Amino acid sequence: MGSSPEQSILRVRDLVVGFGDQTVLDGVSLDVYRGEILGVVGASGGGKSVLMRTIIGLIHKWRGSITVFDKDLDRASPEEIRAVERRWGILFQQGALFSSLTAQENVQFPMCEHLDLSKALLEEVAAAKLEMVGISPGDGRKLPAELSGGMVKRVALARALALDPEIVFLDEPTSGLDPIAAGEFDSLIGTLQQTLGLTVFMVTHDLDSLHTVCNRIIALADRKVVAAGPVAAMLACEHPWVKAYFRGKRSRDISGTSATTH
Amino acid sequence: MAPELIFKDGNAGEPLQLIASGSWTAAHAASLEEKIAAIKFEAPGSRRLDIDIAGIGELDTFGAWLLERLSRACIAHGYDARLVEVSGRFRGLLDEMHACSRDKPPLVKQNPILAKLEGLGVAATEFGQDLVRLIDLVGRLCSAIALTFRHPSRFRFASTIHHLDRAGWQALPIIFLITLLIGAIIAQQGIFHFRKFGAGDYAVDLIGILVLRELGVLIVAIMVAGRSGSSYTAELGSMKMREEIDALRTMGLDPVEVLMLPRIVALVCAMPILTFFGSMCALYGGGLVAWLYGGMSPPIYIARLKEVVTVTHFEVGMIKSPFMALVIGLVACSEGLQVAGSAESLGLKTTASVVKSIFLVIVMDGFFAIFFASIGM
Ligand SMILES: Nc1ncnc2c1ncn2[C@@H]1O[C@H](COP(=O)(O)OP(=O)(O)OP(=O)(O)O)[C@@H](O)[C@H]1O
Ligand SMILES: [Mg+2]
Repeated sequence: MGSSPEQSILRVRDLVVGFGDQTVLDGVSLDVYRGEILGVVGASGGGKSVLMRTIIGLIHKWRGSITVFDKDLDRASPEEIRAVERRWGILFQQGALFSSLTAQENVQFPMCEHLDLSKALLEEVAAAKLEMVGISPGDGRKLPAELSGGMVKRVALARALALDPEIVFLDEPTSGLDPIAAGEFDSLIGTLQQTLGLTVFMVTHDLDSLHTVCNRIIALADRKVVAAGPVAAMLACEHPWVKAYFRGKRSRDISGTSATTH
Repeated sequence: MAPELIFKDGNAGEPLQLIASGSWTAAHAASLEEKIAAIKFEAPGSRRLDIDIAGIGELDTFGAWLLERLSRACIAHGYDARLVEVSGRFRGLLDEMHACSRDKPPLVKQNPILAKLEGLGVAATEFGQDLVRLIDLVGRLCSAIALTFRHPSRFRFASTIHHLDRAGWQALPIIFLITLLIGAIIAQQGIFHFRKFGAGDYAVDLIGILVLRELGVLIVAIMVAGRSGSSYTAELGSMKMREEIDALRTMGLDPVEVLMLPRIVALVCAMPILTFFGSMCALYGGGLVAWLYGGMSPPIYIARLKEVVTVTHFEVGMIKSPFMALVIGLVACSEGLQVAGSAESLGLKTTASVVKSIFLVIVMDGFFAIFFASIGM
């Protein structure tokens, strides 16, 4: 994976974010390179969702700069920001599906708004995207309230991918899925990355995902990035939280089994 | 680069060729669809057909799906179609698309007349069910009240006070304003029209009796339905949506006791107080207009009121008000509990709550009028 600056699709520098008198992120800097799958790990409540929401502009930052597709979001005009927003897709931690639209309409919605396509093609592509994430056409006609938690996640992923974005932000995409579905989800993301040149920013707690699909990992602890690099770098890291996370009992089990199967 | 699709008929024995090139992306999807539709298939010989995609520079899911659709259309026309010259980076995406939507479930078509009839039937049974639900809720409320009498410590005092504050105290300013205006308007109209036959003073009778018996309580009930009833429905509805009510139930708590009883008790307590203040304000507004517009000095207005208004008129209004509060509270809670998963249904139920409770309040007012007339009040 190249690390030359011109390939950096997203650049965050010295980001400080907080609420009231609580500082959640204090001087976070990171880069996401084109075509990579970046995993972000951190303790629950450690500010991963806040980091993601700040990058996509839903939370105001206190200080720092965010550059996406070589556009500094602070200096960009509203039109430029809209153009950037069309090029990214977002999966929220709770799915955030529109509750009065069916699953398929949820996927169709961004296409309908941004693309000039015939209705038949819209429906077919939306159905195809739903099938890619493992939702059958019958389930596509259900309302979000009638879907299971894992199905909501998949529909939300399909919606995030609706416009074939260049970068997708996924907030815990595999939580709530069974291990087999989570594995399929991971390989789907891998496929999309290869075929579409997709860049993925993925907040996750899933050690399997981290081991199998993530090219690079960033560990957030103590309100900062404490480690960045591939799994090997994480295993070598001496920060106590990273050590507990990657060399704790649960992770030893996983790396142990994957070592024996390889 | 604009996408192209060229049809090439090879020699006999050689496969037919469709040559695709350019950007097969969402931006060009509309023109691509036209190009695909424009292809005319010859007699359905079972000939081989190669779709050559070597020239495609850019491909996204929309383009990939169009290619897949094209090859399916060819196969449906009896050709032995396949994609050739697939470069490695597109293979995964095309395979994904190839695996998709093999078996489409049949769309259920409905006769529009039958659908209308069905809607009518559903609405009719819905009306019956509404009544049953309301009665069921009354029953559950009664059992919750009975339980509270046996274990008074279980009554949620703090919550009731909180709702009393919101539905009663915080409603006072707007109730003051509205009833003052209504009283003033009635006085002005009464004086204006009664004067024509020299009975301007009788406007006071009109104000006193109308406000105390009917208008004070009705205006307040409508305000309360719009203000508190709708917020009860929205609160309970969003709690229902986020499974908070189910969570309460699994903790062994009765939502009727925890959520509804305090709200309804607060409403039943607040409403007579609001009615009292509202009526007084309307009388005050009427007096102001009688003085400033009708030239009737305040002492005369008060003396005249004393003559025509009896305690009975006042009682009639006050007796009605807690019953109206009960109806508003019950309707608001029952609609809130019927909210399904979507934001739309929350909006629908909130509207329904206000409309139904105002309707029921007015119908009930009619029955009260008959009742009071027959017992001579
Ligand atoms: N809107 C908000 N207002 C105030 N504090 C907030 C807000 N959003 C998040 N926080 C706080 O910021 C901190 C980080 O929250 P965040 O949601 O980013 O955690 P997380 O790392 O995503 O955790 P999880 O893995 O459980 O999703 C928490 O302490 C949270 O209470
Ligand atoms: Mg989170």
